Formats: sequence, C-alpha cells, structure tokens
Amino acid sequence: MNLEDIIKETKTYYCLECGKCTAVCPVSRHNSNFSPRLMLERALMNFEDELIHDRELFSCLTCYACSHLCPSDVDYPVFTQKVRNLASSQGEHGDCTHSGILFSLMNLISRSDIKQKRLDWLDGCRTSQRSEVLYFVGCAPYFEPVFQDIEVSPVSIARNSIKILNALGIEPMVLPNERCCGHDLLWTGDVETFKKLAQLNAQMIKESGAKKIVFSCPEGYRTFKIDYPQYVELDCEPVHITELLAQNLSTLSLKAKRSNPEVKRVTYQDPCRLGRHLGIYEPPREIIKAIPGIKLIEMEHSGDESICCGTSAWTNCGSYSKKIREERLLEAKATGAEVLVTACPKCQIHFKCAMVDKGAEKGTDIEMKVMDIVTLVADALGGKSSE
Amino acid sequence: MAEFEPKIIAFCCNWCTYAAADIAGTSRIHYPANVRIVRVMCSGMVDPIYVLKAFEMGADGVLVAGCHEIDCHYLNGPVKCDAMFEKLRRVVNTLGLEDERLKREMISTSESPIFARVIEEMVEQLKKLGPSPLREGVKV
Repeated sequence: MNLEDIIKETKTYYCLECGKCTAVCPVSRHNSNFSPRLMLERALMNFEDELIHDRELFSCLTCYACSHLCPSDVDYPVFTQKVRNLASSQGEHGDCTHSGILFSLMNLISRSDIKQKRLDWLDGCRTSQRSEVLYFVGCAPYFEPVFQDIEVSPVSIARNSIKILNALGIEPMVLPNERCCGHDLLWTGDVETFKKLAQLNAQMIKESGAKKIVFSCPEGYRTFKIDYPQYVELDCEPVHITELLAQNLSTLSLKAKRSNPEVKRVTYQDPCRLGRHLGIYEPPREIIKAIPGIKLIEMEHSGDESICCGTSAWTNCGSYSKKIREERLLEAKATGAEVLVTACPKCQIHFKCAMVDKGAEKGTDIEMKVMDIVTLVADALGGKSSE
Repeated sequence: MAEFEPKIIAFCCNWCTYAAADIAGTSRIHYPANVRIVRVMCSGMVDPIYVLKAFEMGADGVLVAGCHEIDCHYLNGPVKCDAMFEKLRRVVNTLGLEDERLKREMISTSESPIFARVIEEMVEQLKKLGPSPLREGVKV
C-alpha cells in the first residue's frame, strides 16, 4: 500500500487542519515534537520521506482520542498503522521497550513447529476439551515471568476469567498451542508476521469448532473483531468478558468482598482498545455497580474522554509516557477511590511500572492499588479468587 | 545423511569463563567445535534478549557462563545473572523448549577442563534432542 492509498483509505484528505487532534493528544501535551496534525499535513503535501523517517512516527499511542474528536472523521490511528508498515519496509522501527524481548517472543511464537507449554496455571479451573465457547488466554503466560518484578500477575486474570465463566455455567476450551494475536506487530508495522500468526490462530480455532471466543484482554478482542476479518476467515463470534458478564449479571450472586473489606470506592480506567476502539463503556460500569458494597467514582476524564495508560505496543516508552501515567494516577487518586479498576492487563502493567519507578525516590503520591475488573468480580463471587 | 551437529551460542564472561575457554585452547584440551563463544564483560550484563535472539537466529542451545559468586570482577554480576536467568528459564519453558537447551554455569579461569566437559555434555544432549523447533525458516 502506498501513501496515496493510505490517504484515501483513512480519509486524510478531509483534514480541515483544525488541530483538535493535536490539542487532545496525550502525547502532544508533553512532547511538543509530536503532532498528529503535522503528520497528516506532511502526508497531504507529499513529504513522504520526512513522514516515514520521523522518529516521532512511533510515538503515537493509537488511542483514538484524536479521531474521536475529529470533525472530518479522519482515521488517524489506522493512518499511523499503515504508515508504520511503509516505514518498517524501509528499515525504520520504534524503540522497543523491555529491550525487545516481547517482540522477539512474538516472532518465536509465529514459528509453526513450536509446542508451547502455556497452560500449567490452569489447576483448579474447570475447562473442557470440546465446547462451543473458547477462552482466549493471550500473552498472560509470558507476561507472568517478565513482569513478576513489578508484582503484576496476568495469569491470575486468566484464572479468574475462567472462574467467572464457570460461575456462568460455561466450561470453556483453551487452546494448548494458542498463538499471540499479533496486535503489537500489526500496530508497529510488521504485517507479515501478523498475518502468519492470524492464519495459525484461525486454523486452530476452526479445528476446535468453537462458536464464541471470550477475551479478557481488549487488545486481543479488538484484533479478532476488527483486524482478523481483513486477513483471515473466522467463523465465530468474539466477545469481551465484560459484555458477557453484563448480559448475565442477574444469574450471578455477587457478595460484598470478604477478603478486602477496605475496598469501598473504586474508579474505572477505560482501556483505549475497549473504549474508543470498540465503544464498550457501559458493561464494565454496570458490573462494578452491581457488586454490593462498592461505589464507583468517575475520574475527571472518563468514558470516551478517558486518558490512555501511556504506551502502546511495547514501543517508544519514555519520559513522556511516564508523565502521562503519573497524571492519570493523580487523577485517579483525586477521586478518593482506594482501587483503580481497569480491564486491560497492559494498563495494569504500565501503571504499576510508573509506581515502582517513581515510588522510591519521589514518595508515594501516585501509589494506588490497581486491579483488573475480572479479579474484582471473582472476588465478589466468593470462594477463592487468585490474586 | 550426516549426523546432526547442533549449534551452541555461549555467552562467556571476560574475566572467568572466556579465560577458561582460552586456557582450554592453549592447554590443547579437546572439546567439540559446535560452540560459538560471545565474549561479554560480565554474566550480569546478559539480557534475556541476547538469548532469545540467539534462538531466533537458529541456535539449538544457549549457554550463559561466568564467574563464581565470590570471584566476580564487578561484585554482584552472578547474582544479577541468576535473577535474569530464572525469568528467562520460565519464558523459554513456556515456549516449549526443553530445559537442556538453556544452561547456566559458573566456570572460573582455572576450570578449563570443566568448560570442555560442559560443552561436551551439552553437545551430547542436544544431539539426542535434535534441531531446535524454533529453527524454522532460518538458515544456520
């Protein structure tokens, strides 16, 4: 795809140069070198080289704050995605965080011969070999060791998700050799490897006979719902666990939390993929409100105005990302809530990372408990939840 | 068909294991030629990405070797290396690689026979296991 096609597809030529995108962009607020409007302008003036070799090309969080406000409906995140693909074909790439191990893992997972051992956390969860419902675990088994230092446990999110599905009377399948969904590769321009992963996943899901795929990760959900249909044939319906829960709230008996009696007020962070990408704002809120003894207090920016957690696709995390996180955490603390609830494992990782990074030297003004909504619900179900 | 010859990448610390490999050479101790040594200043500087990259590029096994804890030129390199290695081991296990493909050893300068033995053992184990499943599409 050349630049002209990208401009057509994302309706860039409708740009009015109003600059709302740059005004609302969380990155531009801290990093004056980055401006979505300027990027679009370069594309329209045909300064292709400048656009592709701009080191800020990989700074965009693709959080959709810009397109959400755009009066001309220009799809800036997809524009970024496609231009990054052009750039990567010319050898450009973003600065990988965590020294690039996560991208290396994605590449390794795309090799067809591997037989992963990714399900040893399943003990105590009821799953079945054959079911209409498939639970897509995602990267949790890999994140678990990588992020153990910052005390985030993505595997517990997966375990609690299955626990909730069990409580809803569903015994889901899980794929023993499930591949990475490829979200981060797609958004950093590596479409080739993304396609390979998509094909491997689609094949496995077809063989499993699943009709519905449940996600606890918004990125996987977005990828299956919006991106996969453009590359592979997928004959089943993806659904996020919060949607499924909100539809079936009446069948669950949620009790006040016993393990954590001090949790009374919580606030909710909309993950960009779940919120602005897919428009799911209400189901998580309905779920939180349905738990007895817990009050939901909204942050200053919430719902479609919500601010991103500061990094996307493990790329270009730097001082600006940290600032975005600190601001967001201060906003969350200002609500007086004890817990910041989110629905994305990566939001949790990023916020925790900001706390660990800042905590020691500058005090504890951004210290706050961060929890996945799945864990909050599993806790309210009684029994043993895994934290 | 010729016998499968595994490729091993060994990250060796400059002060101990690299010197041990050097002395093994000058002392004419024989060990298999399957190993490619990468000299690093300290085992504590080996990042998980080095090892994953080696597997990505077609290595059948990776050895991370450095000083014993009390010998470290930089005080606590081996401790750092151990912490890194524990994480890495779990990641590599999840990928489905056998434990034998990733090894952590402490070999001091005077232990060149041990270095030769470690390589010999590793080559033997890898020959039994066959090529790494991650090798696909990589020309080794």
